[in-house]
Amino acid sequence: MSTSAIIMMIISMLIVWGGLVAAILRLRQHPQPQDELPPGAHRAE
Amino acid sequence: MTEQPREQWATRTGFLLAAIGSAVGLGNIWRFPAIAYDNGGGAFLLPYLIALLTAGIPLLIMEYAIGRKYRLSPPAALRRMARPAEAIGWWQVAISFVIATYYAVIIAWAVRYVGFSVGQQWGDDPEAFLFGDFLRAPDTPGFLDGFVPGVFWPLVVVWVVVLGILAFGIRRGIERANKVFIPLLFVLFAALVIRALTLDGAATGLDALFTPDWSELGNGTVWVAAYGQIFFSLSIGFGIMVTYASYLGRRADLTGSAMVAGFANSSFEILAGIGVFATLGYLATASGVGVDEVAGAGIGLAFVAFPAVISEMPFGGFFGVLFFSSLVIAGLSSLISIVQVVVSAVQDRTGMRRRTAVLGVGGLVALVSLVLFPTESGIYLLDASDHFINQYGIALAALVGLIVIVWVLRQLPSLQENADATSAVRLGHWWRICLGVITPLTLGWMMVDSLRTEFQENYEGYSTGFLLSAGWSVAIGALLVGVILSLMPWPAGGEDIDLDMESPADRKDH
Repeated sequence: MSTSAIIMMIISMLIVWGGLVAAILRLRQHPQPQDELPPGAHRAE
Repeated sequence: MTEQPREQWATRTGFLLAAIGSAVGLGNIWRFPAIAYDNGGGAFLLPYLIALLTAGIPLLIMEYAIGRKYRLSPPAALRRMARPAEAIGWWQVAISFVIATYYAVIIAWAVRYVGFSVGQQWGDDPEAFLFGDFLRAPDTPGFLDGFVPGVFWPLVVVWVVVLGILAFGIRRGIERANKVFIPLLFVLFAALVIRALTLDGAATGLDALFTPDWSELGNGTVWVAAYGQIFFSLSIGFGIMVTYASYLGRRADLTGSAMVAGFANSSFEILAGIGVFATLGYLATASGVGVDEVAGAGIGLAFVAFPAVISEMPFGGFFGVLFFSSLVIAGLSSLISIVQVVVSAVQDRTGMRRRTAVLGVGGLVALVSLVLFPTESGIYLLDASDHFINQYGIALAALVGLIVIVWVLRQLPSLQENADATSAVRLGHWWRICLGVITPLTLGWMMVDSLRTEFQENYEGYSTGFLLSAGWSVAIGALLVGVILSLMPWPAGGEDIDLDMESPADRKDH
């Protein structure tokens, strides 16, 4: 492989896969609140 | 009339896996590598990333926000925004209906090819085997000409599996299936990539894919290709993400999830690019030709080039099972989401119970698929419908929808407020600029570009009569069906059917 191809392959992997890891880490820090039933609401039988 | 509680994803991971499963489909495996190769190789990364950040993720966020805000399928959600906008929602549902009918067929082929791989039944000429022995395609397209049992039976299996999963609902059906499908897809595809990288000539293939041609960045068509790839590969524009997000809790994160889904989809595309081009490098080296002579996309890549590689390599049968099983799984998780758009829209419209809707409406999609496509000319019908419904269905509906939502109804500020209230990443002005200016301009440009090509020469050299009946009529038909469905009166009290936990009386107080 040429040097430019190797560099572009590594950059692609770092940016896209790194972006995925960063997005997952950011989301994990965010709490996951559960819904409460709205006033007057009632679940169906 | 009906007050079933709206179903909800059990976990955030479950929703994310389903959204990723929907986005990661056949296009990631067989479209991205060729598009990147044809449009500047390594240099394509730049327009591709810009397209992801300025169109892909912003659109995903908008669709998530619409789904979560209204907690309704696209027609009902758009109707809540403004009564006439409902037509766009039904247009998207009609597009999903059409896509589901032929998408299932490709999965059925892949199911057969898992079996064919074991004994390499395509022999020395995979192309002749595909079109002659397997599909029995005539030289020129006809209509409903001859029944092909070899496609029909696996297609029945595909539909039984898909409708079976949908019948179990959001949590027990779609969410559970994707919790199995996505990790399995990753494991199978990772094994395939590792095997591909150990083949002679793999480096030649990767060199062809990643060597940057920076001069291509000045070429407008490269940028159109980048936006087109992001747009078509993320499953945006025809209601899937609105539908899936409508089953989110009211306080669920939207923006962080959109970023995870968007980057996960692109991550798989990069992996697919590496796997596909390492394999093509091997084929080129073994055949003593350049990579440009073996590089291809779509059906030709998957069902002609890959079988040739499988026959060539040691333990090719194993490699074939990995590849075609990956196609089946990636396809199934996308097909499930496409059919769910139709099922969910009909449920919201009529108050029908899930299983009735799955069997009735999903059954109708399956029936159309089983009547039209396991035929000798099925491949031609599939090819023409796919091209026209993509260009003048998905992309056009997305453009019209975006202009209506952003510029006519001016919904972005309220959607932004809604998303920001619960999300991991706050949206700024950039989000509105991307959706208000950049995305409509690029979609409009794509449309003009594609129309120009359409009128320069007939798509794939098909006759004008065939293109009118199998291509244009399908795309225009989807629009007409959308308008007609939106004009039909809702049943008494129908506007209050939201399958939500609120009763109609409560909702009127809001």
